[in-house]
Amino acid sequence: MKWGSVLRLFAVIVAVAVIAVFSTQPIFPNVKWLPLTQGINLGLDLQGGVHVTLEARDTEAGKVNDATMNQLLETIERRVNAFGVSEPVIQREGKNRIIVELAGIQDPEKAVNEIIKTAYLEFKTEDGKTIITGADLKNAVESKDQLSGQVEVNLEFNEAGTKKFAEATAANVGKRIAIILDGQVLQNPVVNEPIPNGRARITGYSSLEEAHTIALLLNSGALPLQTEVIEKRTVGPTLGADSLNKSVKAGIIGIIAIFAFMILYYRLPGLIANFALAVYALIVLAIFSGLHVVLTLPGIAAFLLSMGMAVDANIIIFERIKEELKDGKTLRSAINSGFNRAFVAVLDSNVTTLIATAVLFYFGSGPIKSFAVALAVGILTSMFTAITFTRWVLNTTADTGIKNRKLYGA
Amino acid sequence: MFHIVKKRKIFYIISLAIIILGLGSLLTRGLNLGIDFTGGNIVELKFNKAVTLEEVRTALADYKLEDSRLQSGGDNTFLIRTRVLSQAESQEAIEGISEKLGGATLLRNELVGPVIGKELTKQAILALVIAAVLMILYITWRFEFLQAIAAIGGLMHDVMIMVGMASLLQIEIDSTFVAAVLTIIGYSINDTIVIFDRIRENLRINRKEELGELVNKSLWQTMARSINTVLTVLFVLLALFFFGGNTISNFVTLLIIGIASGAYSSIFISGPGWYDLRRIQKERKRAAKAAA
Repeated sequence: MKWGSVLRLFAVIVAVAVIAVFSTQPIFPNVKWLPLTQGINLGLDLQGGVHVTLEARDTEAGKVNDATMNQLLETIERRVNAFGVSEPVIQREGKNRIIVELAGIQDPEKAVNEIIKTAYLEFKTEDGKTIITGADLKNAVESKDQLSGQVEVNLEFNEAGTKKFAEATAANVGKRIAIILDGQVLQNPVVNEPIPNGRARITGYSSLEEAHTIALLLNSGALPLQTEVIEKRTVGPTLGADSLNKSVKAGIIGIIAIFAFMILYYRLPGLIANFALAVYALIVLAIFSGLHVVLTLPGIAAFLLSMGMAVDANIIIFERIKEELKDGKTLRSAINSGFNRAFVAVLDSNVTTLIATAVLFYFGSGPIKSFAVALAVGILTSMFTAITFTRWVLNTTADTGIKNRKLYGA
Repeated sequence: MFHIVKKRKIFYIISLAIIILGLGSLLTRGLNLGIDFTGGNIVELKFNKAVTLEEVRTALADYKLEDSRLQSGGDNTFLIRTRVLSQAESQEAIEGISEKLGGATLLRNELVGPVIGKELTKQAILALVIAAVLMILYITWRFEFLQAIAAIGGLMHDVMIMVGMASLLQIEIDSTFVAAVLTIIGYSINDTIVIFDRIRENLRINRKEELGELVNKSLWQTMARSINTVLTVLFVLLALFFFGGNTISNFVTLLIIGIASGAYSSIFISGPGWYDLRRIQKERKRAAKAAA
């Protein structure tokens, strides 16, 4: 036995074990997730939440363009911020779509309702023509009439709106102009006289609170565009937690099976491959944490799948070493030529898989992107650990004087 | 040792039979397309007390949703697939049903408009084509064109088997189907490349050997690796299948089919297939020479 090598090997094993325990295990009761796992965000499907794609449509009064879309985006942002969700995703997709993702909310359905309440306000004449939309609105305030006690919302239009309103009221004296919010008629008053100052009021609320909500809605959300939910995925918190627990359990069982198989089939090198796999898992988690990868259910599947594939590089190498040993080479030279010859195969085979993940990343959305990233990180890391780390450990092990070739599978 | 290349016709026939079976099912029964492709709503509810399928269906009738597809998920959970519902419609129905049947927790509620499905299909096909072209380029660069063609042939074999089996087993297909197919493509090519790498090396060492013998030798030299890698990946997939919960079981099932098919095609289709391509090419050259 060469004790220097034994000591070096022992030091590495202890170091990896310590890092593994301290970085992933919640040892301190107050710190729920430790370094490697705390930077990893769980996707909607694992902690519950909602993903909504909204599509804006042209209306008579407003066309979908950059200005109106930005207005819509701002309004939705203001609404979403009101939920107090940490790190919401609100982004524009393509010409007329907006994607909203909120993770970890208790009642995702309610959130959707709040978001899509984009208060589409319009004033319509009797012949059904829209004369004014929310875009013409400057302000909306609720108030209570001192004399009658009637609750109302007072609307104030901007310059363009004032002009339109004045013209419309002048042209429709004695007729009705309906005030419509999100397709529902709020009021349908008769125009008594032209109104030149750009003020209108909506009455008929049962409480000041109700009027306040409507005023708020109009102020923050009155938009010239109509939006429709074209895609929605809500996951309740129970299902999310359940999915997480189940996949973690499945992962542990799968990994134990790999560990057992590798030791039974490859013996000492198998043990080393398992050790390399643990290092591999730590590195992948660290990269996920550093990149702030959002881990989704398919992402976990990809991570676990990549563990199965990570041993592949080692299997290729060990099979090679076995062959070289059978050809009568010494242990050291068998290890060296095994690694050198297997390297080309490992490189070429992994590049083709990387091409697939790159295409997936480019074309996929949401969870599929996460799957692609997880797989790509896994492949790159496994190449590194299988080729450098396993090699070092295997050589050091050979240095310790454990030379029984049976242990290496020959 | 069993001569894979000499007996290659058996393996071609086995694959052909499975593919024809799948295609037959595809033509007669089609694919079980999920709402990602057809558009619609999926609502998963967990009821507070035991409820029967009939009770849920009756409750759905109140909202004219009695045509919906119902599936019991065990543990008082039900999966309800309906046509596209607006936010207000789905909310009304969910609240109504929950109230009528003693309370329920909404586990998930997914809505996909019909437009999304068309875009998804278009993107999926585009992604497959681009991935295939890039891989052909890479393999041609690192190996040779005929090996690229043989590898892509094996890959198309796997895709056809996955789609065929998805139809035969009526596995519901959602957007993760694309991810499953591309993963298998990556995996299957990975497998094939390791074999081609060995063929490349053996060609360098021994130029005189008859090509069929050389391919056969290379296949057997990599056999232990081929089987062991499939096993380790299968361990993980089977664990995910049995313990991973039903949200990803469709995805995992497709991967299991694909991994099995990918390992098979790498050994029995791509390697011998390349041998046949080489043979045909040589005969053509000889014929061309004779003609000249």
